[in-house]
Amino acid sequence: MKTEPNKNLRQFHQVIEIIERNNHSKDRLIPILQQVQEAYRYLPPQVLTYVATALDMPVAEVYGVATFYAHFSLEAKGKYIIKVCDGTACHVKGSTKLLDLLYKKLKLSPDKHTTDDMMFTIEPVSCLGACGLAPVMVVNEKVYGQVNNKRCDEIIDGIVEYENQAVASN
Amino acid sequence: METMIITDLSEVKEAYNKAASHIKKRIIVCAGTGCVANGSLRVYEAIEKAIADAGLELFAELELDRHECDPVQLTGSGCQGFCAQGPLVNILPDETMYVKVKPEDAQEIVEKSVVNDEIIERLLYVNPANGERNKGQLDIPFYKRQNRLVLGECGHVDPQNIREYIAHNGYQAAYRAFTELTDEQICQTILDSGLRGRGGGGFPTGRKWNLTRVEKSAKKYVICNADEGDPGAFMDRSLMEGNPHRVLEGMMIAARAIGADEAYVYVRLEYPLAVQRMRKAIEDAHEAGILGDNVFGTGQSMEIHIMEGAGAFVCGEETALIASIEGKRGMPMPKPPFPAQKGLFGKPTVINNVETLAAVPLILRNGPEWFNQYGTKSSKGTKTFALTGHVANTGLIEVPFGTTLREIVYNIGGGVTDDDGNVTGEGFKAVQIGGPSGGCLTEEDLDMPLDYDNLLAKGAMVGSGGLVVMNKQSCMVQIARFFMNFTQSESCGKCVPCREGTKQLLALLDDIIEGNATHETFEMLEEVGKVVKLASLCGLGKTAPSPVLSTLLKFKDEYLEHIHNKRCRTNNCKALRTITIDVEKCTGCTICARKCPVQAISGERKQPHVIDPEICTKCGVCFEVCKFEAVLGFN
Repeated sequence: MKTEPNKNLRQFHQVIEIIERNNHSKDRLIPILQQVQEAYRYLPPQVLTYVATALDMPVAEVYGVATFYAHFSLEAKGKYIIKVCDGTACHVKGSTKLLDLLYKKLKLSPDKHTTDDMMFTIEPVSCLGACGLAPVMVVNEKVYGQVNNKRCDEIIDGIVEYENQAVASN
Repeated sequence: METMIITDLSEVKEAYNKAASHIKKRIIVCAGTGCVANGSLRVYEAIEKAIADAGLELFAELELDRHECDPVQLTGSGCQGFCAQGPLVNILPDETMYVKVKPEDAQEIVEKSVVNDEIIERLLYVNPANGERNKGQLDIPFYKRQNRLVLGECGHVDPQNIREYIAHNGYQAAYRAFTELTDEQICQTILDSGLRGRGGGGFPTGRKWNLTRVEKSAKKYVICNADEGDPGAFMDRSLMEGNPHRVLEGMMIAARAIGADEAYVYVRLEYPLAVQRMRKAIEDAHEAGILGDNVFGTGQSMEIHIMEGAGAFVCGEETALIASIEGKRGMPMPKPPFPAQKGLFGKPTVINNVETLAAVPLILRNGPEWFNQYGTKSSKGTKTFALTGHVANTGLIEVPFGTTLREIVYNIGGGVTDDDGNVTGEGFKAVQIGGPSGGCLTEEDLDMPLDYDNLLAKGAMVGSGGLVVMNKQSCMVQIARFFMNFTQSESCGKCVPCREGTKQLLALLDDIIEGNATHETFEMLEEVGKVVKLASLCGLGKTAPSPVLSTLLKFKDEYLEHIHNKRCRTNNCKALRTITIDVEKCTGCTICARKCPVQAISGERKQPHVIDPEICTKCGVCFEVCKFEAVLGFN
């Protein structure tokens, strides 16, 4: 598992706050992990141990929950998370081709989800429930429907350009 | 909005209707996930601006006295269903519906259709069957042929406005449940209506409630199962986004019927908009005294919490869902004990699907006889379906049980499309119904009335209601593999038949697709499928082989063709493709021969080239580089 040595990981005040907000309740483990992931963009192992201790639970149990659900990631994700829907409707309308295109464009593969610059993560997901617009992809919270090759190119290029400008203006 | 405790619903209703009667025009912009993705929020803003530019007054409900002239009202709505044509803009009272609206159209809409009563022809829906333009929902065949009961208010009411919901008789059924009716009466009414669970199995809802009602326990729970994980289904999402208060009202009635005072909505986290709308609805209901510790001023309490899932299909299974709310891995438990006896935190619990709960207030409001006039003998009422795939009018529909597939696909759906999206007369191959637990229906089933039992007899199921239409270009082995891949990766791993069986089924299907299968593969596929079906612990495992078994039955020829002739008639299976060069089109430019990584292509310059099938790896490079479309065998 690749984890960046990060000083912030030793500062647990964010986690403390999250656990307090959830009344130290074991039943609230899933919402706690969701909030932790929102704060850190993934579930760092140190934080999992901290959560387990704070809730008086075995670390194994917390780890078990964290690895069971598809949403949780023990690896750091990129700034832009691209979810490519592979529901039935998207599948019959060419989501596999779309996924291949993205992999090729961002130089990623089914085994490598995140670009080296930590900008993009590709996640094939099961149905996003926007089947009327198949094939669908979601970048962070924004839904894009009827994504063909050209549109896909435009979306990614748009983000890259936006990021470059942000860097340039700083 | 000022705080108000509602003890008299009719007062709110009257006040709202009185205020609303001054409205000159109402503009409803669809703000379901589909239309939002197509840019409906920008359309909304543009219309808002155009209204201000035109100097029109916007309707503000609580400031009725302020209005000197008749104002116009602009609201967003939940999914109006016709996702393929979004963004949708509906204008009342004219019932004019504009499709594929762009922000640039806003000014014209306001000038012509809001200030005046003109219709903008170019924005109307064009019926592809006859080229005619249809004015609105009353004329468009997609809507005209539906019975929108449960979805009725979706797309009309503002999902974020509790007072408008009340003005549409909302919360009246809950009010009666909390003030007049006994728990037994409520259960009996639901039982009489014949309502069956809309989430898959089709268990009679009234009976489920009764079983929980008779349990003696100080604490009981209601759970609304909104973990709509079936790929190809979005009915529950649309209901929560379009009419969240109806779902809450259904939950309140269920709670009252079984004697619970606490309820959970378990929503998929893939549905952020639904979560947001449900949260807002709960807050508003709290503020209005409809939820909280003094419901309708009766002194009874009712709390509803939202729990977001974390991405596990198996959590749609009752016992797994309960484990997930308790903060554990979402693994199913053997039944009995049923949740009715020992559910959430060990207490008696009722779990109902979103659509089931959304039907409940209607049944209490209109009576069980009203409800069971729709449908067939064994399946009462209406069912929503998510109509998707190779069909012209993709979207959300609601029809009575007993409607035929032909009606849905051809009349409501507008016919089957080819891969380029054009409607063709012939091209229908199959409909996949019920997602990964369901099966396929073919041409011979087009005239069968759809209901729970007919579908089960055909090896399919209503499931949650995903209806994916497939054209002749779809390979059925690939479809079976798609679902098997899904269930295999979603199998929780607790019981051996499902964990190992789905893996084997997937491997067998891969053998067929890659051209490594023998007749034994075929027999094995059927045998393993039956074992998984029989021996798995929960619903997910028991139904996991359905897509395979149902395609094996209906498309045996196609399977055998893959196995014996190593041929895929739709050309979808890469390994079974035969790649050839069209001698007529080939100009002998040699680019394919130069780019071929395995030197399988030979030929003289300016002469047609040939591919040696023995060497060819079907990688597709030649197809990509050919400028003359001379390489055949790829789609």
